[in-house]
Amino acid sequence: MTCRSALARYGLLVVCGLVLLAVADAALAQPFGVPRGAPAPEIGGFAGWILAQQAQFYRMLSGLIRESKANGSAAYTLMGVSFIYGVFHAAGPGHGKAVISSYMVANNETWRRGVILSFASAIIQSLTAIAIVGIAAVLLGATAKMMGDTVRVIEMVSYALIVLIGLRLLWVKGRAFLRLLRGEKAHGSHAHHDHGHHDHAHHHGHAHDHHAHDHAHHDHGHGHHHHDEDEASAWGHAHAPEPEELKGPHWLKRGLSAVVAVGLRPCSGAIIVLVFALAQGLFWIGVASTFVMGLGTAITVAIVATIAVGARGLAGRLAKAKPGLGLILLRGLETGAAALIIVFGAALLTGYMVSERMGLF
Amino acid sequence: MTVFSRAALAALIALSFAGPALAHPHVWVKSKSELVYAADGSVTGVRQHWEFDDMFSAFAVQGLEGKQKDKFTRAELAPLAKVNIDSLKEYDYFTYATADGKKAPLGEPLADYWLDYKDGILTLNFTLPFKQPVKAKDLKIEIYDPTYFVDFELAKEKPATLVGAPAACKLTTELPRELTYAEGKALSNNPEAAANWGALFANKILVKCP
Repeated sequence: MTCRSALARYGLLVVCGLVLLAVADAALAQPFGVPRGAPAPEIGGFAGWILAQQAQFYRMLSGLIRESKANGSAAYTLMGVSFIYGVFHAAGPGHGKAVISSYMVANNETWRRGVILSFASAIIQSLTAIAIVGIAAVLLGATAKMMGDTVRVIEMVSYALIVLIGLRLLWVKGRAFLRLLRGEKAHGSHAHHDHGHHDHAHHHGHAHDHHAHDHAHHDHGHGHHHHDEDEASAWGHAHAPEPEELKGPHWLKRGLSAVVAVGLRPCSGAIIVLVFALAQGLFWIGVASTFVMGLGTAITVAIVATIAVGARGLAGRLAKAKPGLGLILLRGLETGAAALIIVFGAALLTGYMVSERMGLF
Repeated sequence: MTVFSRAALAALIALSFAGPALAHPHVWVKSKSELVYAADGSVTGVRQHWEFDDMFSAFAVQGLEGKQKDKFTRAELAPLAKVNIDSLKEYDYFTYATADGKKAPLGEPLADYWLDYKDGILTLNFTLPFKQPVKAKDLKIEIYDPTYFVDFELAKEKPATLVGAPAACKLTTELPRELTYAEGKALSNNPEAAANWGALFANKILVKCP
């Protein structure tokens, strides 16, 4: 019965990992307005508390911005409040954490990368808000409606990108998963051989591709090998090694697409704060506040991404100890995470899920 | 079986924690309403006066040109008022009426809506007519955003007034309040009730006529 209990423990852990993600997603990605059929909200619970904190800190911003005009120390307080607002705001709804976490799990990225990608997306998000207000309002004198329309266009591009990233990941991870399933079922003990063979072909194709591109790498011997492994894991090598800290910019290039897709959509609150600061003749205070907010946001997103990566890592270690079913579940987890990204993107794109309303007026 | 039962248990526990977080409001409104009555004692419409918060006011007037600095006339604000009223249609003007327990539909706002701008604060004024004038013993007007993007709050002074109502009619207002723990729990056991979360933050204007 040891086998069985080990299996049970293992299954439980994987489920815990999945559930952790689901919790993170549900808690973080739900729009306001409870979608039909969604689990009932715990009002007055953690979600309600987060909501109240956000509103409270957000409302403090306007007074502090106005005060900073006459009183320099108010500017410091403003930065502190902006930071805390950012932390709480990111803990609220928003697809950013969900998409980045799912991306980390599907791509089997390390937590360090998760942190870097979280910060990168927060910086991009701050920059888009500043760019919109800076260009539209400061330079062109655009109205609120024009800015709202701009955000809507950017939003659509961002959501479409999320769907594309999800589709690409699903294609890669899903195929590896299916291959694994088929192999395991059809051949039993021969599965490994068969499966390895399949992958070899796939792998080879890619290696070849890169061979043509960076010939210089060839000289590095070991380095080249490493490079291939990294690429293979990204593209769904079923026998992918647990990635160690790989040098080379590939993961960053890969991650950048996810980061841009998520970060493109600026935070409505940041735009309103920037315009308000501009109206007070304190645009630069608004810019500083936006960056500090972004810093706070990044910390929350990084924590969530780290938890997701941790759960994934745990599942990975267990899978290593038990190659058969473990690997299937692991690949299943990755495939599920990829599918989740598509679901988020599609829900956002179709308006079923609202990230954050902008404008209204 | 162990795997599944344990997994199911873990999932259940986790799901019970997984409440959807909501976005905080980005717009705050202090509202004053007037209920307009006809000579026969029926309500014909609701006049709304919505005062926005300073941040949103600044955001809304961004890019508008006024003859005087930091001042806007009604005429200068007319295009913005039109955008406001047009976009409010999608949200039923955040105004919901119930007559003796039945929904009383409100029509499109009258054309005489306008915006005021004073000391950096915008106020939107418009009249929502009832599709059919309503005679009711119990009239309830609720003002809220179901999605909670806009936080409505009845003004402290004169949140509601009756215009031309029969003398016997009594007006009361009810502010939204925090849910008690028990209410929150009951609500989370009833997804149907939760579908309209913003209603919990509704400001209620109640008129009882004999």
